Amino acid sequence: MASPRRQIRVGKQWLYAGDAEKALREAIRVREEEEREHGGHHEPFLRKYVFSTDHKWIGIQYGITALCFLLFGFSLMLLMRLQLAAPGKAWGILKVLGEGRAPGGVMLPEAYNQLGAMHGTIMVFLAIVPLAVGAFGNYLVPLMIGAPDMAFPKLNMASYWCYMPGGLIMLASFAVTGGTAASGWTSYPPLSDIATAGQTWWLVGMIFLITSSLLGSVNFLVTIIQLRAKGMTFMRLPFFVWAQFVTSFLLLLAFPPLEAAGVLQLMDRVAHTSFFLPSGLIISGTQATAMGWNGGGNPILWQHLFWFLAHPEVYVLILPAMGIVGEIIANNTRKPLWGYKSLVGAVIFLGFMSFVVWAHHMFLTGMGTVISAFFQTTTMIISIPSVIILTAMLMSLWGASMRFNTPMLFAITFLPMFGIGGLTGLPLGLAATDIHLHDTYYVIGHFHYVVAPGTIFAMFAGIYFWFPKITGKQMNEFWGKVHFWGSLVCINGVFFPMFYQGLAGISRRLYDGGDQYAHAHPALHSNVFISVSAWTLFVFQIPFIINFFASMIWGKKVGANPWHATTLEWAATTSPPLAHGNFAIVPSVFRGPYEYSNPEYAEADFWPQHQAEGAVPEPAAPGGGMLSHGAAAQQEH
Amino acid sequence: MHIEIPYNVRPRPDTGLYNAKLGIWLFLASEVMLFGALFSSLILLRSGVPHWPHGRDEGLNIPLATVNTLVLIISSVTVVLAWANLRLGDLKKARLFLGATLLCALGFMVIKTIEYTDKFHHHHFPSTNNFYAIYFTLTGLHGLHVLGGMIVFAYFIGPGSKMWATEPARFTNRIEVCGLYWHFVDLVWIFLFPVLYLL
Repeated sequence: MASPRRQIRVGKQWLYAGDAEKALREAIRVREEEEREHGGHHEPFLRKYVFSTDHKWIGIQYGITALCFLLFGFSLMLLMRLQLAAPGKAWGILKVLGEGRAPGGVMLPEAYNQLGAMHGTIMVFLAIVPLAVGAFGNYLVPLMIGAPDMAFPKLNMASYWCYMPGGLIMLASFAVTGGTAASGWTSYPPLSDIATAGQTWWLVGMIFLITSSLLGSVNFLVTIIQLRAKGMTFMRLPFFVWAQFVTSFLLLLAFPPLEAAGVLQLMDRVAHTSFFLPSGLIISGTQATAMGWNGGGNPILWQHLFWFLAHPEVYVLILPAMGIVGEIIANNTRKPLWGYKSLVGAVIFLGFMSFVVWAHHMFLTGMGTVISAFFQTTTMIISIPSVIILTAMLMSLWGASMRFNTPMLFAITFLPMFGIGGLTGLPLGLAATDIHLHDTYYVIGHFHYVVAPGTIFAMFAGIYFWFPKITGKQMNEFWGKVHFWGSLVCINGVFFPMFYQGLAGISRRLYDGGDQYAHAHPALHSNVFISVSAWTLFVFQIPFIINFFASMIWGKKVGANPWHATTLEWAATTSPPLAHGNFAIVPSVFRGPYEYSNPEYAEADFWPQHQAEGAVPEPAAPGGGMLSHGAAAQQEH
Repeated sequence: MHIEIPYNVRPRPDTGLYNAKLGIWLFLASEVMLFGALFSSLILLRSGVPHWPHGRDEGLNIPLATVNTLVLIISSVTVVLAWANLRLGDLKKARLFLGATLLCALGFMVIKTIEYTDKFHHHHFPSTNNFYAIYFTLTGLHGLHVLGGMIVFAYFIGPGSKMWATEPARFTNRIEVCGLYWHFVDLVWIFLFPVLYLL
């Protein structure tokens, strides 16, 4: 198609399309030359790499730290699975826990509780949320909306430097007398009130993490509201940004009640108040009053405050994952995301509803049928937006000729896995069935399906997808696929048997139920199968870890837009340079985020958001082959 | 390289806000949730027991608390006057009013210390009963907020005011944002006073 001499506006000037394109390229060239000359030499090491205020580097800091915590939390579970598979058996490897926790290689029940509590805490607060929000959000949101950085770069740095000490305090708590927190990630009183010193460390660590997420969420919200580039209206935001937007609101408003609860529990433990300790409590044969607690409090109060945070927190875990999946599906189906408006509506509605469902975690507290009925109703209602989101993404696949690269495989697998996780949640949202299933392995199976093959798979998808953006290189496809298929099989081997274990009544908190488990005997055997699957799952993460680092060095070099994507992050200058702004020229946005295969635009099957009407597109290889992208590779130099 | 963040000083036309102002409102929303959770806890604890002690019966000093309420309300006025004077371009007066605000905050803390000492003197501790537990928690947390405000005001009276010479508009904005925070701290006290002392 011959391109007509159409006029477009750049800044305040009207230019012919071709001239505008030339001006743009010239500006990029000048900018890159400047950067080559001054290449960050004037920034001291500490400022650039440790206390950086650049959102891209902070995102990377978050990402690396969170991935380390993810591995650490996973390894705690691997140790627990050993003892679960063979209760009472001595394992040489368990001796790493020390004589105090595993004398002779047999884990004490107290130690098992510690590992369980810390597995949950680390996975939720130190691994997934920092990875989903701190890493992906930080790196991508300013790029996707065309902003030079976050609105408050210093707060951004402070957010990371509250998260890091919070994590270190949690890790250090393993070394204190009596061991780390052992009251579950939920820290229910009265047990947590009277637990050993590790619980205090847990609370202090949590206050750091809450502060970190508060600083982060304010920053995200202001960035998204204030720093959108020209033309980037709310309804042109990529779905990922919408997901992060709602997530930030949840973090902003749901975390403070947990902070309040944490302060109250700290007071109980340090100043011997009795917020969560009822009257007449007897601890190991001693009256609580004799130990300095006067009673009169209410342990259920903690549960209300905790779940007021922790239910929205579930959506904090899942929404960024949905955002990532949406981006990758649209890109690899080469079609617009189906029902963008309903997706946005659903995600906002989900955010609102997540504040009024918390007591469905508390049906066993005997709070009465009226309150139960209310929370059952809201719980059933909140499943509607989740179904809308899942349906819209499923519909996006309809009739597409998909590219099955590693990110797409992980992203597409999110749909059925989240589906299983979501549907198995319905019986837990209804009091009648929840009374039977509560505190069994069914619950573990349910939420791990949401978070592990759901969210973590989406995180993997995101890592494979944006790795070229961050490093300029692509991760190895073959080992990526090995990682995917191995993980998919093993992770289902881990979590699927948990459903019938739970239905058989196996408790989530004991590794050895003894005679109490007589009724569950047939389901108990699958513990061995689950543990083998878990360890094999670990083996299949090794290719990922090696691939991750090896690809940084030997990975295939790719251009600025290797996936032929439309969103703004691919229009930014390729990274590295790390700390030198995002865009050569502040982009203007001309259309929605998913203009793939638009028949009005004949030049390529993707129409970038920042491309002016009538401007010459980036030359693309025929057939949209994702890496045989000559023009993009040339930009590398 | 210094990166220019848009709308750091001037408001964005379509939202009508500059970044820090939106930021502080969001932060305050989060603070509302924090204190809201604590007030809710108070309600739940109070309604869960047959007898809940009244503040005045427990020896809380209502006249002193009334004085403290007035002190905080005055400080809210002075912080607005400080901002207004900056808008008029008068740094000297603004610093005077900021100083008055700081002085009020200090007065509040002194009176609070007198009250606390009196409680400890009578062997009323957080562990005494749940009334004192929530009293010390809420007023303590509020006191920390006052202290935080004092540090910020002291900074803007002293080294922070250098910004006036280079970026007066931005400095004025900073005082406005501090003022919003300060009003919130006052507002919390306006709720604390009747809930703990009078009801």
